[in-house]
Amino acid sequence: MPTSPAENALPDSGFDQDFFDVAVLGAGPAGLAAAGSAAAAGARVALVDAGKRTGGQYWRHRHGDDGKHHTGWSTYQSLEQAIERRAERIEHLAGHSVWQVETLPGPMFRVNMTTGDGERVILARTVIVATGAYDRQLPFPGWTVPGVFTAGAAQALLKGQGVLAGSRIVVAGTGVFLLAVAAGLAEGGAEVVGVFEAGGAPTSFARHPVALARNLTKLGEGAHYTRILARHRIPYRTHTAVVRARGAESLTGVVTAKLDRDWRVIDGSEQEIDCDTLAVGYGFTPQLELAVQLGCSTRLDFDGSLVAVVDADQLSSSPGVYVAGEATGVGGAALCVVEGEIAGRSAAAATGHAPTDGRTAGRLRRTRTARHQFATALLEAFPVRPGWMDWPDEDTIVCRCEEVTVGEITEAITELGAGDPRAVKLYSRPGMGLCQGRVCGYAISCLVADRAGHTPTVADLQGVAGRPIAQPITLGQLARAHHRSIE
Amino acid sequence: MSGTSKATIQFSFDGVALTAVEGQSIGAALIAAGHRSWRTTRINGAPRGIFCGIGICFDCLVTVNGRPSRRACLIDVQPGDVVVTQEGAGHADLAG
Repeated sequence: MPTSPAENALPDSGFDQDFFDVAVLGAGPAGLAAAGSAAAAGARVALVDAGKRTGGQYWRHRHGDDGKHHTGWSTYQSLEQAIERRAERIEHLAGHSVWQVETLPGPMFRVNMTTGDGERVILARTVIVATGAYDRQLPFPGWTVPGVFTAGAAQALLKGQGVLAGSRIVVAGTGVFLLAVAAGLAEGGAEVVGVFEAGGAPTSFARHPVALARNLTKLGEGAHYTRILARHRIPYRTHTAVVRARGAESLTGVVTAKLDRDWRVIDGSEQEIDCDTLAVGYGFTPQLELAVQLGCSTRLDFDGSLVAVVDADQLSSSPGVYVAGEATGVGGAALCVVEGEIAGRSAAAATGHAPTDGRTAGRLRRTRTARHQFATALLEAFPVRPGWMDWPDEDTIVCRCEEVTVGEITEAITELGAGDPRAVKLYSRPGMGLCQGRVCGYAISCLVADRAGHTPTVADLQGVAGRPIAQPITLGQLARAHHRSIE
Repeated sequence: MSGTSKATIQFSFDGVALTAVEGQSIGAALIAAGHRSWRTTRINGAPRGIFCGIGICFDCLVTVNGRPSRRACLIDVQPGDVVVTQEGAGHADLAG
């Protein structure tokens, strides 16, 4: 703890530039809503994000963007306006990557951030983890060839940079996000050769009529993308996957195949397609390392992802730590916004800034329930099936950073006796590279569990989700942080 | 605002002069110029470029103004940037 008088002068006023009631980690749909609602209730808020602009991945945009190609842009604008209205109580720390959050007695939280060359440290009485999610990937032969992008990358290049990832593009994977990506690329001028959905048609969630009826707007969005695909005559194939990418220096084509119910390749159904770009994604992986650092309890969600457990107030199992958005379960921007709003109000109330409008709380909770039902229906409609584990060859790389193959992972299990993802990691280094298992963690968990005859457990996924240092930092930054914590 | 043309910036990649739009990432500018890769891996020497595009995967590492392992998808092009292909960890100068 600090000992000098200056450093001790912490919580008595709300005007210390480094002390906040609420630190919101992430400025996407959930974080923006959280910051706005906490500040509206009177809390002093730090809104931290690695990006230059707010909006997160979902509303990633360029300076002066008119929002024409964005979904829910008016929602983004109203969240931004809410933040501007409370500007005196919100500090937006743009370009700040959080590498560690420490829990101090109180509780009080110390948020350690890097700004690339510099660093910044703030203290907060509560934390709202709104760190979002990124594309989930399954390895297949050739997926490391340049020209293979995540679906999110193709989207980010287009929305954030105004650049098409390529000219002749195949979109593949699972989930409704593929429709949004394909529609965006086609409208942006690319030739989209086809969309290959490994699962069934998106209408299969019509089995959940109640969830559908309550979320007609979201459904309208899907119809909008489908119309764009039809206008550009883009074929949409279900029960089909890209099982191989071709090319050495860069992508020259892909092999698609029809899949059975469990996603095993149906023999003889393979087809070669020429393309220079593949945009691929199999749902999303919530970004959970900060929640894990803070000791939040986790569970397995419907899509097999590790997510944080929260109560009706979005409070996690750790006192003072709230979690909102995809980190509590992948559910789309609309659900993220309402969760963020609830988390912001809860955190503000916990720091003595109770929102006064009791009626709004009930409305928010009802909205969250309806959106959550729809999100669950979507996750259940697009599960990843285990047959994908037949797609890679023995020499297919699973860990892109450390270049560890399927064969080496199998060897760690069968020859060296590794029984869980952590042991495999220690024996053959998958997940030990710079990305710290963010990209391959899910696949490794599946492969290890499969060899042991089960599906990945919470413990398996936790073994690849813990990252004590969430972002690369210099030894100097680490040493200075250590010095602060022993002062 | 949108639709108006933005200032272009000059930079170089492996000695060849290129232009980027102001505010564009190095990765996006390289993709726009038709490049697919700007790094070879430490172990297999395999080419890599952008994969995740949002700072998660570290595939797009590149050497900028002599400093290796910068994420091309995250950092903006600055006027006069000297960008070169990164081989391995980009520290061959420290060997021997």
